[in-house]
Amino acid sequence: MLNYLSVAIMPLIIFSIISYGLMKKVSIFDSFTKGAKDGLETTVRILPSLVALVTAVSMLRASGFIDFLCNFMAPVLDFAGFPKELVPLSLMRPISGSGALAVIDELLKTHGADSFIGRCASVMAGSTETTFYTLAVYLGSVGITNSRHTVKSALCADLTAMIISVIVVKLIFY
Amino acid sequence: MLNYIWGGMMLISIVFGAFNGTLQNVASTIMTGASDGVTTSLSLLGVMCLWSGIMEIANNSGFIKLFAYLLRPVTKILFPGLKWNSEAMNAIVMNMTANMLGMSNAATPLGIKAVKELYKLNPSKVASDDICMFVVINTASIQLIPSTVLALRQGVNSANVFEIIFPVWIVSIVAITAGVIMCKGVTKGA
Repeated sequence: MLNYLSVAIMPLIIFSIISYGLMKKVSIFDSFTKGAKDGLETTVRILPSLVALVTAVSMLRASGFIDFLCNFMAPVLDFAGFPKELVPLSLMRPISGSGALAVIDELLKTHGADSFIGRCASVMAGSTETTFYTLAVYLGSVGITNSRHTVKSALCADLTAMIISVIVVKLIFY
Repeated sequence: MLNYIWGGMMLISIVFGAFNGTLQNVASTIMTGASDGVTTSLSLLGVMCLWSGIMEIANNSGFIKLFAYLLRPVTKILFPGLKWNSEAMNAIVMNMTANMLGMSNAATPLGIKAVKELYKLNPSKVASDDICMFVVINTASIQLIPSTVLALRQGVNSANVFEIIFPVWIVSIVAITAGVIMCKGVTKGA
């Protein structure tokens, strides 16, 4: 049932948008190709940073540093029931969007998308944002220097997402 | 920021590799990593184009406005001080709609507009309650369809690409609730 909901949502949204577009007599095909061109430009724009960051993440993995870091954190994390493999993603996610992409991609390739780690990483990445970038853009746009409790609340939401991701994946899939 | 993070990652992997006896692996990964970066971009490309295309239709047909209308009651709870039809409220609703539908390109300009409108209501170097709330909501994720993650899962041939969507919703709701409660709690306490 839950899985059906997951599978159905994307077709459902596409169905709604296309039928609404036809109803409103919008030239949907032209709109689509114009939008798709924007998508192409976005992807091309992030390609250089992805090359930089995917290379760096792969090199860190190959050197053994990622395992070293994970094992270093393991005693505390095992105690909390948090998989040590997710440490690099948790560190990167709030800081850099492309960096997090590179880390997830590496995790999915190393562990497989349908493994426990792969599922946790996917859920975690899907339910969080690049917090520090967002803070900088929005607070910076009006020159706010004292953000009061904003950072604390934002990080509280991130931490919650990371912990709950693991719990939800355990409950739903295992 | 990325200068130090990326630089640090590159240097650490080389130094650590040298001491750890894995420099051989690091060296060969320099080449494969770079082409992996291109492969990763390519696995994103199709879904990015498709989703941006669909969203352009949503934009041109006014579907987004319809969706935004449904979202209004929620924004009323989050920003009780704002008038229903104020410029600020409109920008906030449109920004949240764009975020929910995963239109990150459109969401940022709308978000900046919202912050500027909120700032006009309370011009100060110190963030107002509403600005704090708005920024916190934007640092959490409210995407209905995490299309980037789906594309990456597709790229590594997942048996069920979509199975993570429902879990993502649960986690997003819990996380954003935690952020909002923290925000509201601090506001009331102060």
